[in-house]
Amino acid sequence: MARISAAVFTSHIPAVGAAIDLGKTAEPYWAPMFKGYEFSKQWIAREKPDVVFLVYNDHASAFGPDLIPTFAIGCADRFQPADEGWGPRKVPTVIGHPELAAHVAQSVILDEFDLTIINRMDVDHGLTVPMSLMFGQPEAWPCRVIPFAVNVVQYPPPTGHRCFQLGRAIRKAIELYDEDLNVQVWGTGGMSHQLQGPRAGLINKAFDTAFFDRMLSDPDGLARMPHIDYVREAGSEGIELVMWLVALGALKPAPRQVHRFYHVPGSNTAVGHLILENPV
Amino acid sequence: MALEKPYKDIPGTTIFDMELARKGYHLNQFCMSLMRPENREKFKAGQRAYLDQWSMTEEQKQAVLARDYNRMIAAGGNIYFLAKIFSSDGLSFEFAASSMTGKSPQEYRQMMLGGGRSVEGNRRIGEKS
Repeated sequence: MARISAAVFTSHIPAVGAAIDLGKTAEPYWAPMFKGYEFSKQWIAREKPDVVFLVYNDHASAFGPDLIPTFAIGCADRFQPADEGWGPRKVPTVIGHPELAAHVAQSVILDEFDLTIINRMDVDHGLTVPMSLMFGQPEAWPCRVIPFAVNVVQYPPPTGHRCFQLGRAIRKAIELYDEDLNVQVWGTGGMSHQLQGPRAGLINKAFDTAFFDRMLSDPDGLARMPHIDYVREAGSEGIELVMWLVALGALKPAPRQVHRFYHVPGSNTAVGHLILENPV
Repeated sequence: MALEKPYKDIPGTTIFDMELARKGYHLNQFCMSLMRPENREKFKAGQRAYLDQWSMTEEQKQAVLARDYNRMIAAGGNIYFLAKIFSSDGLSFEFAASSMTGKSPQEYRQMMLGGGRSVEGNRRIGEKS
């Protein structure tokens, strides 16, 4: 049977991808940030996930103003890096897991989460930057990936509670899959940041710290936080944190924290990173 | 009964809600077109002529030509769509964000290195820090 072994949470800042691609990770500005992922690279080399179920948001790359799915599951064989305006990142093609993706879609839709099914899609920095942070710069990614896109661009995104409940349905579906697979669920985006308007540059360390803490101490309460609290306290783009709740919901109660990292700034953003292992 | 929009009193912040998305549809479509290299070339070769191919308002076109991101956002642009413009210009998110705050790129970076903009005094319009 497939099992979810762990969840990884991380920001997915585009400038971080550029720093990796352009060989700037040792520069004084970036070095302290990348240091926070050294443990994670060693950890994941030991863990060797077969599949990463990667919750992220598309940034007007695959989904323009014409079509904006709230939840979309990537069921394709492969996904190419998107051209976001400066040419595609030179990172490996993302290899999907169409069988498991189809299984999850069938299960969670009948659990009343009305997913959009995507059979052709390019993936942008929201997905590829976390891959680079965790796996570095290999010739090919060492695992399969199921891209799971959540709309957080067009307000309103789904509620935190909906995301958390969806995570639970995803856990149930994955645990019903017959093949022996080590699956990780990743929640990406955040933490506090605002990229627009005169309030751009907002960072709220107290909010982010409390968010980390409540993921472990009060996940149900955290999932009830209304959207206004995210945008007022953590910035208009801080609302990406609802995606972390999908991955959190996919874990069993009382997961074990194995790594936590926080750094300001990554470009405009508070970089947050957490690894939680499922209780066996 | 109108819908409640509690985010309207957050200073210096525009939430890209359904109403704004409707207003900005053609502006954001123009932005999406810049994901293709051949369109970026056409845009750079003749910005006004390229913009005139889209059903955008004159205000939206002027805001794009001026690279005034606050004006583009007020006219229904969303930052992730607008990113295609400054990426085509070879500029970073950090540069674009700084341009909206009235700070120079250097001042903005210093603010971020100092821990970013505090939320204190920035939660509600008229609030004292």
